Order: sequence, then C-alpha cells, then structure tokens
Amino acid sequence: MISDAVDLLVIFVLAAFLGFEVISKVPSILHTPLMSGSNAIHGIILVGAMIIASQAQGTVQLALAFVAVFLATLNIVGGVVVTDRMLDMFKSRQQRKAPEPRDGAKSDSNS
Amino acid sequence: MTAAVHISANALTAVYLVSAVCFILALKALSSPRTARYGNLVGVAGMVIAIVFTFLAQDPGHDWVIGAGMGLGALVAVPAARKVPMTAMPQMVAIFNGVGGLAAAVISLAEYLHDLPSGVPAQKGVPIVFALVVGCVSFAGSMLAFAKLQELMTGRPVVYPGQQIVNGVIGVAVVSLGVVVVVTPHLVAITLLAILSLALGAGIVLPVGGADTPVLISLLNSFTGLAVAADGFVLDNVILIIAGTLVGASGALLTKMMSDAMGRSLPNIVFGAFGAAPAVGAEAGAQLEGRTVRSGDARDIATLLAYSRKVMIVPGYGLAVAQAQHVAVELARALEARGVEVAYAIHPVAGRMPGHMNVLLADANAPYEDLKEMDQANDEFPSTDVVLVVGANDVVNPAARADPTSPIYGMPILNVDSAANVIFLKRSMRPGFSGVDNALLYDPKTTLLFGDAKDSLTKLLADVKSS
Repeated sequence: MISDAVDLLVIFVLAAFLGFEVISKVPSILHTPLMSGSNAIHGIILVGAMIIASQAQGTVQLALAFVAVFLATLNIVGGVVVTDRMLDMFKSRQQRKAPEPRDGAKSDSNS
Repeated sequence: MTAAVHISANALTAVYLVSAVCFILALKALSSPRTARYGNLVGVAGMVIAIVFTFLAQDPGHDWVIGAGMGLGALVAVPAARKVPMTAMPQMVAIFNGVGGLAAAVISLAEYLHDLPSGVPAQKGVPIVFALVVGCVSFAGSMLAFAKLQELMTGRPVVYPGQQIVNGVIGVAVVSLGVVVVVTPHLVAITLLAILSLALGAGIVLPVGGADTPVLISLLNSFTGLAVAADGFVLDNVILIIAGTLVGASGALLTKMMSDAMGRSLPNIVFGAFGAAPAVGAEAGAQLEGRTVRSGDARDIATLLAYSRKVMIVPGYGLAVAQAQHVAVELARALEARGVEVAYAIHPVAGRMPGHMNVLLADANAPYEDLKEMDQANDEFPSTDVVLVVGANDVVNPAARADPTSPIYGMPILNVDSAANVIFLKRSMRPGFSGVDNALLYDPKTTLLFGDAKDSLTKLLADVKSS
C-alpha cells in the first residue's frame, strides 16, 4: 500500500501531541458538548467499515461489514445530532427568540 | 467490476488531509463557547468529505451493503437523538460512543477473518488485537454506563469482595490471549478474546457510580478513539489514525479536566468505588439522626422570596428530572418584576453531566448573563437573602469542605450556607447521587419544601404572583 508502518507511526505520534494541544483550556460548561463532539468524530470509523465491506469475501465477512457500517453510522449521526442539540444553548438570544417553525405553521402564515 | 470514479491512493490521502484539518479545527472551535456551534459543523464537513471520497474510491461491488447499513443507521439514529429529552443526553453520548467502539472491534475481527487463510503477520496482528480489545471494553463499559444513568440498574457503585482481583485476572487473561492470537492466529482464540474483553469492560465500569459515571464515559470515549486509530494501522488508513488519535488524546485530557472539576483524581474514580463506603455513610447518618428538619409551606416561602432583595437559584438534577426549568425561569421573572435581583448559581457538575444545567436553563431562555459560574456565585452568596436549591444536594453539601471522612470531601461546592436563608425543594429526604447525607438540611436557616420540583415551583410562582 501507500505507506509503511514507520510513516503511520510518525503520523500517530504527531496526532497524539496535536490532540493534547488543540484543547488547552475548556470552560466547564463545554466539557459535555466537547465530549459529544469528539464522540461524533470517532464515527470516522465508518471509513474503515466501508473498506471492510468492499473487500469482504463470503457471507460472514459481509455480515460483519454490514454490522460495522450500521454501528458506525449510528455513532456519527447520533453524535452529531446530540452535539448540535447541546450547542443550541450558545445561540444568541435573538436567534432563539425567532418563532420555532412548527408543522403546518408555514401554510398558516403564507398564502 | 471497476470503480466508476477512479481516485488514486495519493488523491485519497490528500482528501484525508483536508478532512483531518477539519477535525482539528472542529476540536479547537468546540473548546470555546463563541465558536462551538461552528465547530460541530466543521466536524461534519470533514466527515462528509472523507466518507464520500472513500465510497467513490472503493470497488462498488458491495455498495449495496454500505448503502443498506448507512440507511438503517441513519433511520435509527436520527429519531433517537432528536426525541431524547435533554435530561437523557448523557446516556445518549454513552450509547453512541459504545456503538463506535463495537464498530471498531467488528472491523478488526472482519479483517482478521479476511486475512486468516493467508496468515496474519504480527505487524498487523498487534493493532487488530488492540482495536478488538479496546473497542469491546469501550462498548461493554458504555452500555453499562448507559444502564446506570438510565436507571435500568442501580446508579451506585456495584462492589463485591475480591473485585479488583477478579478484574486483574480478566485483564491478565486478555493480555495473554491477545499474545496467543498474534503469535498463532486462530478463530476460537480471537472469539474468546472478544468475550473476555467485553467482560473486562463491564468489570471496569461496575464499581464506578454516582457522579463519576460521566467522567468514565469521557474516558471510554477516549478509548474508542484509540481503537479507531488502531484500525487505521490495521487497514493502512491515514484518516482513521489521525482522527482516532486526536479523539484519544484530547479525550484523555478532557477526562482529566472533568475529574479535576469534581476535585477527584482519575485513578480514584476508576478504582475508588465512589459512594460505596457504607460504613462512613451509616456513621454520618447516625450523627444526623435525632436532628430535625424544618419543612415550610409554599405560601410562607413565596412571601420570603417576594420580599427579598436578592435570590439565587441553584438548579440540580431534580430540576432536570421534573422538567422544571421553564417554571424556574418564570418564577425568576415574576420575582424580577417585583424588583428582586435573581441569578442562577451553576455548579460545573450539577446534574448528571458538566454543563447539564446550562443546557436546561438556556432551553428555558434564561438570560445567559444571569447564569453565574461557581466562583462568581460563591462571591455573591454572603450578600444573598435567599438561596433556592431546586433538586440539588451534593453540590451544596458542606461536608465536601469540612468532613475529611466524607466520600465527596475535597469537591468544590457552592457555599450556599453563607447566604442568610436556604430553601431546599426536594422530593424526599433521600441523599443525593453520591449517597452522602447533607448536614445543611438540618441547619436552622434551612427550610424544606417537599415535592416534585415542578409542582413546588408552580405553587411558589402562583403565590409570588398573588402576594
């Protein structure tokens, strides 16, 4: 493949340092949203699940690949939506005061 | 079959670089309140780029499997994540983290099966075993943490004699079996390894409970990141290594910040069995027995509130459970209309997650500038007439300051006892999440109003308006 083990090790070590440096001071109100946000990011495992799926040989491997794709998608989608809902609290007040669009409300106001 | 779009390995790596930059910017932006929302979006952008191009670069023969898996996943995840009440967010983080860990484990298992006929070299076997073990630990641990927070089982630490030894034995078995799997690849051995790893994950989480559970979820989140990075080595994939390692490292740091905010060390959380010291609890209970609490009625308390100059509201998990945030904010408005100065004192770990209370109060449109962080609130309590504690307990327990034998000793608390009057809205005399009794409840300046937080607040609101 494109890289040998040492290249990958270099990337790994640099990424580890970067991970420590990138979040230096986090106010406590952001601890949970940050955890949830990084939870969504490791949903990138979906890339791995797709690789497994494309090279699968036989039913067992294909079934495992399907399970992996399903689980990884749960991780990404769930992680992103939950994070977004948590971060709603950082919308400015004005944004939040705008009336919430409700089902059917559109047809009432228009016409 | 050949891919419809030809993307060279180098081009794909370049795409992964863009995606990696997105993830770094996302983590950075998520660390500041001003940019946090933008951070989540940048993370999504990085995710979409990596997924779309990986999909295009693949041999399309099994695309239907990928499509079906993703479709079903989105179909399940979107409603689950949208409908869940804000109070249950911590559990949802645990679940979505757990399934990510299991995905990492399943991928390493599938790759092992794929390579088994031609032999698995040790260089690949080591990361396969690592991803399998850590992914399984993260999955089992997260599911158990979910069960605890969802109250499907006791939220308290579960301990039994010789627990550390049992966990130690499982740990040693996992490591030895891992070596066996790498040296002499075998299907039975790796299956057994997966099962033992699940047991290890459960064993680690079982003795952790109470307010420590969220910190543990953060730790497991970091674990999943590392499992993903290991799969990057297995599959020779750069973005898995970068993103997984970023989450692993930043998650470890975040876990430390969270445990620091509670005044506890990480080893203490994982091995300390917080709140499991029945001897200490019983002793404290005996000391407190014989003392009386003063319970008031809503009308008296409403009058006290209405004629105060300054009121601080301390929200806790009880507020979240009762979904009482809207009534609480309404009560604050009614008091402000009478000229009372009202603010909210937010303990960083009040509720079940750091930031839990901020989310709820913002949901109810409480003015952001009225939410006081702990240090600021502690400066204001001495000049406060009434502190209204709504469903909080441990975060205002003076034992954390004064009683070295208390399991919560050393945790920074809101010093509500320095205010002139303290009112507790409580469901019962049951102690808080940590299982520690609160001497402040027996203090002469404390009045209790029993009942569901929402009902009590509604009564207070009506009485304040009519007084």
